[in-house]
Amino acid sequence: MEYLKQKQKESWDMVIEPKTRLLDLNLKEIWRYRDLIMLFVRRDFVAQFKQTILGPLWYIIQPILTTLMYALIFGRIARIPTDGIQPPLLFYLSGITMWNYFATCLTSTANTFVTNANIFGKVYFPRLVLPLSVVISNLVRFGIQFLLLIAIMIYFHFQGHTIGVNVYWIIIPILLLMMAGIGLGLGIIISSLTTRYRDFAVFLTFAIQLAMYATPVVYPLSFLQNTKYKTLIAANPLTPLIESFRYALFGKGSFDLGSLLYSAVFMIVVLTLGVILFNKVEKNFMDTV
Amino acid sequence: MSNIVIKVEDLSKQYRLGKIGTGSFAHDVNRWWHRIRGKEDPYLKIGEVNDRTTSGGSEYVWSLRNISFQIRQGEAVGIIGRNGAGKSTLLKILSRTTSPTTGSIKIKGRVASLLEVGTGFHPELTGRENIFLNGAILGMTKREIRSKFDEIVDFAGVERYIDTPVKRYSSGMYVRLAFGVAAHLEPEILIVDEVLAVGDAEFQRKALGKMKDVSEGDGRTVLFVSHNMAAIRSLCTQGIVLKTGQISFVGQIEDALQHYSLSNNNIKNTNDFTPDENLPLEVMSLRVLNAEGQEKDRIISGDHVWFELIYRNDSDEGIIPAIGFYDFVDNPIFLCGGILKNSIFKGKGVNRVLLEIKKFPLLAGNYYMNIELKGTGSMRRHIPKACKIFVENGDFYGTGVVPQWNKGVLIDFEWKKAQTVVN
Repeated sequence: MEYLKQKQKESWDMVIEPKTRLLDLNLKEIWRYRDLIMLFVRRDFVAQFKQTILGPLWYIIQPILTTLMYALIFGRIARIPTDGIQPPLLFYLSGITMWNYFATCLTSTANTFVTNANIFGKVYFPRLVLPLSVVISNLVRFGIQFLLLIAIMIYFHFQGHTIGVNVYWIIIPILLLMMAGIGLGLGIIISSLTTRYRDFAVFLTFAIQLAMYATPVVYPLSFLQNTKYKTLIAANPLTPLIESFRYALFGKGSFDLGSLLYSAVFMIVVLTLGVILFNKVEKNFMDTV
Repeated sequence: MSNIVIKVEDLSKQYRLGKIGTGSFAHDVNRWWHRIRGKEDPYLKIGEVNDRTTSGGSEYVWSLRNISFQIRQGEAVGIIGRNGAGKSTLLKILSRTTSPTTGSIKIKGRVASLLEVGTGFHPELTGRENIFLNGAILGMTKREIRSKFDEIVDFAGVERYIDTPVKRYSSGMYVRLAFGVAAHLEPEILIVDEVLAVGDAEFQRKALGKMKDVSEGDGRTVLFVSHNMAAIRSLCTQGIVLKTGQISFVGQIEDALQHYSLSNNNIKNTNDFTPDENLPLEVMSLRVLNAEGQEKDRIISGDHVWFELIYRNDSDEGIIPAIGFYDFVDNPIFLCGGILKNSIFKGKGVNRVLLEIKKFPLLAGNYYMNIELKGTGSMRRHIPKACKIFVENGDFYGTGVVPQWNKGVLIDFEWKKAQTVVN
């Protein structure tokens, strides 16, 4: 007891200083606030569907309508091939499901500071809690859309189409994790920059639309074979993720461990950079937001 | 108990005035250019003391400048100061919603800050859901909240509405629920900002009582900012007075409140007034005299004193004088009104009247006086906060025992043994 007292005398539980270490993740503290993360997830989910008739059904309606639209425009009108995935609806739906997850992770984490300024200004908790909760609540949304995809696959299976389930299914969680990582990383970078200059938020809204066309969502990578654009699209770190996702589901498309590794490295760089920026900004953003 | 739990060292915080836009981008670039050359931040050197009433030359102000103090465990500390003195900035830094520009704060123990009640309440969620969400935002785990849940609902008195979205609550219920969550936090250090300014009187009493329990009963440390001097006085033991971002006083709460009220009001120390020639009735001076007729600038409790009031009356009306005594937080203590004793003074021209108090009944401290002259007709002259007096402890009862409390007045009394015994 005496020893404890002595120890307490010298050590402080918390020191508030102007500068932080560059990479101060403080996972322990985030773990202590894990209940808060889950409560934020619940809040997002409940609040989104209060006073709607269809509720979470909207999660299903939106990809279905988008798929039909893409199938009409890119499939029927533009006649872009679908890598031999039959029926083509599955090609579009799988791409949309994966892309949606990335896009919503990115756009909603990018707003972290600005939309939660009122909470951040009043109470301290690890700021990273909010972007993390966004990634998780989008996971719920992805889960529902993924179940829809599987249901439609089963439906087509009984319609006589061959749906090849293979061992690559096990990489789907890894692909998802990488998608989340890149979305989170880019999201927190942009959210850190928007605290001072809102220009980045404006930039993001159209950048994300353009980025979809730079990713093989509505066309397969093989469509670009022998064109000079192939290297450009392959340089997009999201390309291997979408391609591998389709490969895992249907056994068609491309699967290349090297390019997946490239995506993984990109994710780590973006996340590290994001956390550094986020740490730098979170302490003082209330003064500039 | 002499453990220091908060240690603030040389704390400063700089803010930039005006808009953040292209100008700030230019400053950012300049800052960065200085940094890569290994030079000091060019904007940290400039900046001035934060006095919002005068417009300064610089775009940067120091909201806090070189603040240092320590707080021991179990102390209830009131932070006092005018608007813009830096109170809220200090609380923001302490609760880590912003960081200091220079200096540091060292803290021992878990901190919970209530800069507002109901932070993060979502209108669509039910009372129950919001208790959990708000509790978690304030740093409680789900288990802690669950164990306190019934107490919180009971405190807020919203049991019937607990599964209704809070957007349907009356504003009173909303605040009670929000405060209920906050009041059941169990941090070692509690930081509170003006949250008591909400709710009805009954609720405020309840909230204040709860905070008192926290600091007195449980030995936790409380930091409290409020403009409600009565609340600060009843809750706090220590006081810190801030003035334009700097500490102007640290000490016992009574002393701090006095220091604040004295530095903050413009009650004159002089007892001569500058009379307005055009008024038919005007006060010219008020002096305190001792029993021997000598002028005094301070009074000792229990002294025989005279207040000499000189005024000019150009009319034929009789004048009824009155002097009211107030403490430094504007509470009236007593009134020596001529009307109570039928004291009417006739006489045109300059008059000199005396108010005698045989045993001056005020406790040590600072007080001020209001003067009122009322004519028998329609004339009236009122000088609020006319002048202040300083009272020192004295031997009021002639026993050498000086009362140790610091509120109320001294009353001459006598205890006697009765002749007959009642069974």
